[in-house]
Amino acid sequence: MNAIIDQTAPKLSPKDFASDQDVRWCPGCGDYSILKQVQTVMPDLGRKKEEFVFISGIGCSSRFPYYMDTFGMHSIHGRATAIATGLKASRPELSVWIITGDGDSLSIGGNHFIHLLRRNLDVNILLFNNQIYGLTKGQYSPTSEEGKITKSTPYGSIDHPFNPAALSLGADATFVARSMDRDPKHLQNVIRKGYDHKGTSLIEIYQNCNVFNDGAFEIFTEKSSKKLETLMVEDGQPLLFGENNDKGIILDGFKPKVVDLNNGFSANDLWIHDETDQVKGNILARFFDDPSKEGHLPRPFGVFYRQNRPTYEDGLNAQIQYTIDTYGKGDLDKLIAGKETWTIQ
Amino acid sequence: MSNENITKESVVIRFAGDSGDGMQLTGTQFTNTAALFGNDLSTFPDFPAEIRAPLGTTAGVSGFQIHFGSNKINTPGDECDVLVVMNAAALKVNIKQLKKGGTIIVNTDGFDNKNLRLANIADEDNPLENGSLDWYDVKKIDVTKITRATLSESGLSTKEIDRSKNMFVLGLIYWMYNRDMGLTEEFIKSKFKKKETIADANIKLLRAGYNYGETTETFNSRYSVEKAQMAPGVYRGIMGNQALAYGLIAASHQAELPIFLGTYPITPASDILHELSKYKNFGVRTFQAEDEIAGICAAIGAAYGGSIGITTSSGPGIALKTEAIGLATMLELPLVIVNVQRGGPSTGLPTKTEQADLLQALYGRNGECPVVVIAASTPSDCFYQAFEAVRISLQHMIPVILLSDGYIANGAEPWKFPQTSDLPKINIEFAKSITDGSKYMPYSRDEKLTRPWAVPGTAGLEHRIGGLEKQNITGNISYDPENHEFMTNLRAEKVAKVADYIGNQTIDQGAESGELLILGWGSTYGAIKTAVNQLLEEGYSVSHSHLKYINPMPHNLGDLLKNYKKVLIPEMNSGQLIKIIRDKYLIDAQGLNKVQGMPFNTIEIISKVKELLK
Ligand code: SF4
Repeated sequence: MNAIIDQTAPKLSPKDFASDQDVRWCPGCGDYSILKQVQTVMPDLGRKKEEFVFISGIGCSSRFPYYMDTFGMHSIHGRATAIATGLKASRPELSVWIITGDGDSLSIGGNHFIHLLRRNLDVNILLFNNQIYGLTKGQYSPTSEEGKITKSTPYGSIDHPFNPAALSLGADATFVARSMDRDPKHLQNVIRKGYDHKGTSLIEIYQNCNVFNDGAFEIFTEKSSKKLETLMVEDGQPLLFGENNDKGIILDGFKPKVVDLNNGFSANDLWIHDETDQVKGNILARFFDDPSKEGHLPRPFGVFYRQNRPTYEDGLNAQIQYTIDTYGKGDLDKLIAGKETWTIQ
Repeated sequence: MSNENITKESVVIRFAGDSGDGMQLTGTQFTNTAALFGNDLSTFPDFPAEIRAPLGTTAGVSGFQIHFGSNKINTPGDECDVLVVMNAAALKVNIKQLKKGGTIIVNTDGFDNKNLRLANIADEDNPLENGSLDWYDVKKIDVTKITRATLSESGLSTKEIDRSKNMFVLGLIYWMYNRDMGLTEEFIKSKFKKKETIADANIKLLRAGYNYGETTETFNSRYSVEKAQMAPGVYRGIMGNQALAYGLIAASHQAELPIFLGTYPITPASDILHELSKYKNFGVRTFQAEDEIAGICAAIGAAYGGSIGITTSSGPGIALKTEAIGLATMLELPLVIVNVQRGGPSTGLPTKTEQADLLQALYGRNGECPVVVIAASTPSDCFYQAFEAVRISLQHMIPVILLSDGYIANGAEPWKFPQTSDLPKINIEFAKSITDGSKYMPYSRDEKLTRPWAVPGTAGLEHRIGGLEKQNITGNISYDPENHEFMTNLRAEKVAKVADYIGNQTIDQGAESGELLILGWGSTYGAIKTAVNQLLEEGYSVSHSHLKYINPMPHNLGDLLKNYKKVLIPEMNSGQLIKIIRDKYLIDAQGLNKVQGMPFNTIEIISKVKELLK
């Protein structure tokens, strides 16, 4: 999104973005925090409220637009990405947000999801990943870990899960980031960066479904383990983590390795994060180890990769302008008559 | 030498050959020349199902039929007077379309052992030698040999030379029917602008064909088909898909709103995408989506934003779009869904025609989900119905399904086209911004039961819509049992209301009452019209009325039907409109059904009427 501040936009507060509808997620659901962080960021974007459109598919997260006092559409399962494509392509001046979940965007809507990323329309995707189907009451999702016992997999799931960040990079996304419901500041920051990016911003948000998959991300979100298990990446900064930022990541060829800063390594030896480095971005997105396994890498959060690439809508509208400049504005009578006519007296 | 010159009222020619033989181009060139000369005409391209079927086999036969005349022509003709065949497979597939006593122009080179084998004909059964063609006037010409001889010094390869043999045939047919070749020569020159050798070769061959007719004694007569008595005016030739695309653009022009087409390639609808994608300078946005569902969903997104949302497809694609059509119905957004029908079910007969998606259009969605359904009846009518589909969808904030089919989509006819000034304006107003702080009601309604079109970007209109059941006026989600019934009825009533804005059903031909009415819809128009014409001449009490609006139907239709003792409904399906008519008006309508992937022959309709009136 272009970070142009509209001087005519009135000063708004987060409250202005709250609709009059009662929020109906289960008490304790991670969705509440995400809603709050979005409402907090909105006023700072310096745009008129009527320019925002939130489009969702189906699932718990897809209730989101009802709670935003902006334009909004709660559409059908998996198709928010396609609907947003048509809207943004025809109304490029709008700020379009897609609210989706792991089932909505990666199962039934997987096709539209990857095609949106490759086309790179200037929209923002907030992918609420809770690794479960909440609305249909607890079946495993395409991001559930292998062996997951759910209502539909009493003997454990067999499917290998998607890693949304890696999938998105594979689809040539131009902005890929991860955040979590439990870290408001981080989430606000990443949302803001996604908005500022011109092109499709994919923001995966780890979201706790306390009813059907409670604690799925506990190890990354709880104070006791967060420092050791997460890697908060910042552009231009070394990859540091650990209780006292005493661990770091180095690259041994293409292989990332955890090193101990107390053990002969200094911050200067570490991998310095560069949001525009595609090769390293891919390696980073692939930090996806099972945290219960010995010798695993920490799970990264932040902006993994961003790239400037022309957007679909700019290309489409440039073509329209080009044809008007080259052939003149369409003349309906000429079009209908065509090249060969004959007259009957 | 002198040839007898015979004047004919109308003639049907069928060109048939391998898909690579250029039969579509040959037919189209003859069509354009006949149109420019002033004949009325109708054409029917008959494509093979496979694009690259094995050479020389029956699966790869491509045909093009043209019916042209000095009288009114409504169909491509039941049978042909002249059959041009480039090989044995083409003869095998098409001989049954030829009139007894008709002329066959044969490329003998296409009947060698290899070609016979490819067409699955035993050597001893060679139709050119076994007497099976004794009923016909067979003109054997070794087109391949003459072509090669004519172009021996052209510097082209044998492959290139052989590819142009259709030009020899075209030249010969031009001679037979006393036609000027100027248009085709111009066409060749512009097509091969950068390849002069090829252009010269084609023109040389075209003239060689013409001279062959002139100098050899193969033919002892030539034919003239005079200009048709058509209404005065300026005409052009038009094909259905092209007309449909122009109709959409015309509606966009008259509504002063841009088109957004979200679609996915599918036979036989893709040409609408091809056409529309050319006209970006009309503000047309075309989006070739990743699948059928994305196509319609993108169109819904664009409609939400204030564009004319359109999606085009054929039966299998429409099946995939059904959930999204339901969404558009709930959102009450304007949307045009074009179904260029083909033979089904499943992949069915992609290149053939059928009218079997009517019930799909009317009912093929979950829940009770009525939409407006209209149908185009001829190639040029596709223009007017596309315009009408846009008008209704915009003015009533409702999805409209427009039914066309493979027959009219690819068929061509002369068209006395309208001027922009002849077309009505489509007046549309978006909801205005609210500045006094009052709450916007997205599902408030006007006298048409239409809700306002509130596009994002309008201050004070921020609101949420969705696929969940909602309350009237406020648009708030509601699971209240009575509300659901109320809203279900309301959505049906909203569609029914469209009938107040479409005018009455009329009689196309025949008396306002009588023994029998033929009620048609869609592409059966030409065959019914020709049949009724003939039956009236023979003194039968028969009339023809053709339905454009299938949902809702015009208010007077029930009364109109009751003015006849019998009602006959011919359809290229097993009886779909008839179910609706019987159900709605409780009349004992009779069906005439054909499900062969082919349009009706006039004679089939005539026979049925005679049987019913015995
Ligand atoms: S089911 Fe889970 S995801 Fe859905 S609202 Fe409840 S807690 Fe949230």
